[in-house]
Amino acid sequence: MPNEQQHVTNLDSWLDSYAARAETLAVSEVRALFSVVSRPEVVSLAGGMPYVAALPQDLLAKAYNDMMKEKGLLAIQYGGGQGDLKLREQILELMALEGIHASVEDLVITTGSQHGLDMLAGLFLDEGDVVLAEGPSYVGAIGIFRHYEAHIEHVYTDHDGMSPEALQQSIDKMKAQGKKIKFLYLVPNFANPSGVTLSADRRPAILEICKREHILIIEDNPYGLLYFDKPVPDALRSMDEDGIVYLGSFSKILAPGFRVGYVLAPPAIRDKMVLAQESALLCPSSFTQMMISEYLANADWQGQIDTFRGVYKERKDAALSAMQEYLPNLETTRPDGGFYLWVTLPEGIDSKAMLPLAVKELVAYTPGTAFYGDGTGQRYLRVCYSYPTPENIKVGIKRLANVINLQTDLMETFSNTGR
Amino acid sequence: MIPKGKSSAKLKVQILAGGISHERDISLKSGRRVADALTDIGATVVIREPDSKLLANIKKDAPDVIWPCLHGASGEDGALRDILALSGVPFVGATGDSARLAWDKSIAKILVAKEGIQTPASVTLPKETFRELDADGVLKAITTSISLPVVVKPAKSGSAQGVTIVRDSAELSRAMIDAYVYCDVAIIEKFVDGTELAISVIDLGAGPTALPAVEIEPLKGNFGYDERYIAGETNYYVPARLDAVVLERAAYVAIKAHEVLGLRHLSRVDLIVDAQGTAWFLEANVQPGLTDTSLMPQSILASGNSLSSAYYSIVEAALRTKGL
Repeated sequence: MPNEQQHVTNLDSWLDSYAARAETLAVSEVRALFSVVSRPEVVSLAGGMPYVAALPQDLLAKAYNDMMKEKGLLAIQYGGGQGDLKLREQILELMALEGIHASVEDLVITTGSQHGLDMLAGLFLDEGDVVLAEGPSYVGAIGIFRHYEAHIEHVYTDHDGMSPEALQQSIDKMKAQGKKIKFLYLVPNFANPSGVTLSADRRPAILEICKREHILIIEDNPYGLLYFDKPVPDALRSMDEDGIVYLGSFSKILAPGFRVGYVLAPPAIRDKMVLAQESALLCPSSFTQMMISEYLANADWQGQIDTFRGVYKERKDAALSAMQEYLPNLETTRPDGGFYLWVTLPEGIDSKAMLPLAVKELVAYTPGTAFYGDGTGQRYLRVCYSYPTPENIKVGIKRLANVINLQTDLMETFSNTGR
Repeated sequence: MIPKGKSSAKLKVQILAGGISHERDISLKSGRRVADALTDIGATVVIREPDSKLLANIKKDAPDVIWPCLHGASGEDGALRDILALSGVPFVGATGDSARLAWDKSIAKILVAKEGIQTPASVTLPKETFRELDADGVLKAITTSISLPVVVKPAKSGSAQGVTIVRDSAELSRAMIDAYVYCDVAIIEKFVDGTELAISVIDLGAGPTALPAVEIEPLKGNFGYDERYIAGETNYYVPARLDAVVLERAAYVAIKAHEVLGLRHLSRVDLIVDAQGTAWFLEANVQPGLTDTSLMPQSILASGNSLSSAYYSIVEAALRTKGL
């Protein structure tokens, strides 16, 4: 029996006070394993980090100095909830590169496009609502949708992106179950994690289905300008204004540390987003918006994007070449832009279970399970080639091959047990 | 009781945290907590990675004492401790040789059992054994000799990583694979049903002392990784809700294990007490976790000491071992 001095604790005095959705925020063992990637001995093919060293720092230093000289006091003051007008005008020019023509009134600047997605989820999702998404889909989006207690229904996706037929089947299935579909979440260009691009043929078909079924599309496009050889098809938003919310970001074409993204939305949704943003943040950072505005006004930002394309193409080639050399029997996607390869492992290998072995062998990747909201994806892993040098990519994939061989050997050893 | 540390001494302490191991994240958290506590009492603290600059940093920082707050192979397998000994700077915790004995759970079990302490029946097998022999036959022989349920765990690992409780023979091969991804040698140990205890031992030179036992009650079954490091997943009772005689025996087991393995300054021994009151030794931790959800800090606080004072006393004890 407890005595007077006995102390009982669960180490969280407020455990009974949390909202139910706090349950969706759990630290995972996989996340803890990723702690090793900061060690220089480890080749990380895991995190999707842009290679910001390819961005000359004097460009940013000049933008900073000019901005502070001209607008210093404004930059350190609160701004408007919708974002800086000049930057919004400049974003229109940026979006025109992907065929989008819009009004500056319909743009909302956000603290990274992740924040835009979170606001949209907060506006649209009640517990149990359905979000349709590619299978696999972006891990950061899955985290948000889970947090709002949505059901994520993955739609079959192949080398040409989401299958329109499969989309219709998923919609029919959800409707038959009496579930309410709130939106389709898509990363149509060089998707994270698969690296595939939704083909030009499929884009109108996806649009038509969603229009007919009255399903909003969230088009998340952080990688579209990072093509290797030829531009991607025009954005879905260029074909429809009312049925699409478009998310853009400066994280990949400039640098993620600024935390500046943007949302182009139909007017009614835009109004709610501005109110949601004012409620949560008051306003996005004036400082980083004006920095980016200055950079766009006076630096050769298109030339810089060309530089990034060259860097990532070289790394993609290094990754595919190493895959061919060390893991020739594994299927991998062959992206035309962006940061990622999606690798299919031999039958029976679980990429999440294998990760500790990879850490031991000084290489890290992201297990496929991270990109599914339904617990599947064990047989896949994501290789991100954007950050390591081509030499390190080769070393990393060589180590990965060793890990897969060790794990295959282990699986074979135990394959005939438990009969 | 832990003797109070003398805050006026202002010792310089270098904490090593991080490293390359599966428990790197835990080590970083432990290191920061220890640094905070020592800083509060007046020590001068610097946190360093055990990397290629290790020896250069020791020279540069010129600490009075080094605290290798490292979990997993990078700090508990003895190698780094041997290097620290070569540096001539006193350090907290076991010597390299003792750490090696404790870090390998199978060796620790053998040594502790020789002292008449109960430890669950087990078999220790490298993965090559299964490859070279008939894996199915070996597993069947094991489950015949040690009946289910069993615990499968890496011989050298911490934080319950790679540990599975197997209640059905069909799950055994998966459990073996999950253990072997952490370590090439695995232990299959008879599962003992009972009360899970963690007993921290403080040893400041006048002999080891057991701190109040922490009873672990995971709310969802096993005391796995999540239950260890997510606040709210486990109830902890300090001292444990067990009879005084049973607790006394458990404390004896912890102290004996600490002594037999030759540990110094601090350790934590994990035990199970069965329905008959028998305390079964499971493993000893050379560098117990010192995070905000770890077990040893709870024991220290329950003993009436502050973390700052206890950690400072440990540092002072390490300083007294200079030249030994």
